[in-house]
Amino acid sequence: MILQCSIIFGFLAIGELIVYLTGLPLPSGIIGMILLTCSLKAGIIKVEWVEGLADFLIRNLGFFFVPAGVGLMECAGIIKEQWMPIVVATIVSTAVIIAVTGQVHQFVRRSTRRLRHD
Amino acid sequence: MIEFLHNKIFLIALTFIVYLGSQWLQNRLRVVLLNPILLTIIVLIGYLVLFDIDYPTYRAGGEYIEFWLKPAVVALGVPLYRQLETIKKQLLPILMAELAGCVIGIVSVVVTAELLGATRDVVISLAPKAVTTPIAIEISQSLGGITPLTAAVVVCTGIFGNLAGFRIARLSRVHSPIASGLSVGTASHAVGTAAAMNRSHRWGAFSSLGLTLNGLLTALLAPSILELLGYTP
Repeated sequence: MILQCSIIFGFLAIGELIVYLTGLPLPSGIIGMILLTCSLKAGIIKVEWVEGLADFLIRNLGFFFVPAGVGLMECAGIIKEQWMPIVVATIVSTAVIIAVTGQVHQFVRRSTRRLRHD
Repeated sequence: MIEFLHNKIFLIALTFIVYLGSQWLQNRLRVVLLNPILLTIIVLIGYLVLFDIDYPTYRAGGEYIEFWLKPAVVALGVPLYRQLETIKKQLLPILMAELAGCVIGIVSVVVTAELLGATRDVVISLAPKAVTTPIAIEISQSLGGITPLTAAVVVCTGIFGNLAGFRIARLSRVHSPIASGLSVGTASHAVGTAAAMNRSHRWGAFSSLGLTLNGLLTALLAPSILELLGYTP
């Protein structure tokens, strides 16, 4: 458990350091994630060293968002005034992103396959 | 005695217990709308309002839970690593899909909100709603949005993607596991990814890839896209 925490928090800390040094507008977690993937690929870290904690954290991902969601009560005023654009735009845009991303992926994949076969 | 209801540890324990109860309820009733995240948020807001506790008081405890979000995002590197070979083979389709999803995602939310009469600061707060909280807040703040609104809308977008994401994918004829995983992660970040992980790790890995790439692209492109749409900071 200590080894697993060392690795996960170690990569997070490196992410924090990179953000601190470069001023990149990215969260440290995303940088840590990319570095962890690269280190696993390079064989510096073995997947057995982290998978227990990683699977635990990923399984409970949704729960960690609860406090931010409770923050909804902080903006009750704005939401009461403009709930219609907020709700409709969020739903419409989320559906559009899913349809567009998925369709573009399927389309490009089919096309590149066809090119390869020709 | 009533003071105790504000206790930090008590509020943390309450969050766990309400979530546990919500999970149990969903397993019993299998009603999609009874999403444990959504239900817990509603019950907790009800509790705080009822006992007249303000959000900063709750947050003093809640931040210990929110804290785990950062290491959890790092942990997504593991499923990503497991799918690296497939990702390499499909690099071009994945990148094209992400670019389209990112740009159209921002444009669609801005234009829809504008047409329905949202004010400028609300439109900016909604623009980065598809990506994970830290990135979204960063963008919203730098462009003059309302950050608590952004944080809340990001969570709600995630819950919507978690509830309906795969149904929307099916309706829009997105069938391959890779394409649907990718698109749910792109549209609804880590909360959507939680739904993908429940299906299988393969879906989950592509969903994490979607949330990562869209996070990166949104951080890079959102300021320029908003500027083109007439929102200069």
